[in-house]
Amino acid sequence: MNVSRWPLAGLLLAISVSAQAADPTAVYGKGGANTAAMACVTCHGAEAEGMAAAGFPRLAGLSAVYMQRQLADFASGERANPIMQSIAAALSPEEADAVTTMLANKPRPDVERIGRTAAAQGLGETLALRGAWERNIPECVSCHGPGGVGVGDSFPPLAGQSAQYLSSQLIAWRQGTRKNDPNDLMGHIARGLTEDEIKAVSAYFANLTDTGAGR
Amino acid sequence: MRTHTSALLLFALAIPAHAADIAMEDQSQIRIGTADPASRTYFQPPQESELPDNAFGKLVQEGRAIFVDTKNRAPEYVGNGLACANCHLEQGRKANSAPLWAAYTMYPAYRKKNDKVNTYAERLQGCFQFSMNGKAPEADGPIIAALSAYSYWLATGAPIAQELPGRAYPQVPEPAGGHDLAKGQQVYTAQCAVCHGKNGEGQKSGTDYVFPPLWGADSFNWGAGMHRINTAAAFIKENMPLGKGGSLSDEDAWHVAAFMNSHERPQDPRLIDGSVEKTRDKYHANDGVNLYGETVDGKLLGKGI
Repeated sequence: MNVSRWPLAGLLLAISVSAQAADPTAVYGKGGANTAAMACVTCHGAEAEGMAAAGFPRLAGLSAVYMQRQLADFASGERANPIMQSIAAALSPEEADAVTTMLANKPRPDVERIGRTAAAQGLGETLALRGAWERNIPECVSCHGPGGVGVGDSFPPLAGQSAQYLSSQLIAWRQGTRKNDPNDLMGHIARGLTEDEIKAVSAYFANLTDTGAGR
Repeated sequence: MRTHTSALLLFALAIPAHAADIAMEDQSQIRIGTADPASRTYFQPPQESELPDNAFGKLVQEGRAIFVDTKNRAPEYVGNGLACANCHLEQGRKANSAPLWAAYTMYPAYRKKNDKVNTYAERLQGCFQFSMNGKAPEADGPIIAALSAYSYWLATGAPIAQELPGRAYPQVPEPAGGHDLAKGQQVYTAQCAVCHGKNGEGQKSGTDYVFPPLWGADSFNWGAGMHRINTAAAFIKENMPLGKGGSLSDEDAWHVAAFMNSHERPQDPRLIDGSVEKTRDKYHANDGVNLYGETVDGKLLGKGI
């Protein structure tokens, strides 16, 4: 389906948009028209697979709407990140739309869809598949989908991300440097997790894929 | 908007009873209180790790799997996109979320809903016919066997025939002015739509629902207990948004429950002679607060979908 949309998108672009239309490949590989909008490829990798060791997230296959929202929230500071703030602020809306649409159409990680029916052993897997309801912490998969594949535009994939990235986000939610979730749905969960749980559940989802584990 | 004021008025005129006597629950075998104090300690079901590795343990695990993934594990008996665990949180373990450990020990019991003494198997069958909009699994078949084993195991050590604290969704008082669908819609948009979708359609991952549909063809039918606004308000107040139970005000829980239940859903399988009116008179007129057979925004509800 994604593939078949491209010819149509190209046609529409050719007909309706002037020569200034953003070229997503150029934005991704070389940066935006404003030089402060640095090239995505530098940190997010040639195939947008992320850079596990540095904690830079995978972007390939994420929802375009989700990524557009993140860019807006980086720019506003709702999601605090000094590097991304200046980049997001420098990207034009057309560039942001074009590059996120291009990235959303890249392949998602291939992951086994492990849901609540599966047995759960160990701290990370137990949180992911059973939650910690005595603290009102739902199963991760009850919102992020089986195998953490992501659901819709508001619940991003966890599978395919590195343990470094996932734990840095949980810590950011907990510290309030990331607060761009609807109704504090993620913030209240992150604040209820211990350090060990953050490590364990991040490792659990990272290890569901090769890219996430950075192998 | 309050659509059934006149019905209540008639009721009040005809029967000189206090409003509290109007049955808010068909489940007359359950005593429902308001929310228990937070300090209360509830019955603790056993841990999964304690399950023996034998035939019994396997049957219990099969029951648990059916409970959380009902459509895939019992497809011939499920007619919508729901799972048992959508309404019984934490896989049927959570207090105040209709936990299985509190239900299992209370059967056989008389139920007004079908005017007879129900076994636990019959109670489970009812869930499939109404909440799951499907058909009853055979009482002596593998689905009921597995779900019964799971319930029995969760109730390990619980006293028989004693109402345990946390059994029901704690009742939420109706707002003084009744429900307000416009306010309910505002609450829905702000708090619920991110998961359940703008039109209550739920959200899928692949072919499976991750967030259950709240109305429409893939949701519970008009005969399910959740179609009562009072029951839905109690569930929502205690359990929604997921992980943030207790965060909505009583009024908002009630308004949003009314909004949810002011939409069309599959027909009550007890439909009499194809008549919504007859069905309302027999099964819905005195079944808590509900909109079956009422007209909302110029549309008669209860025609099914």
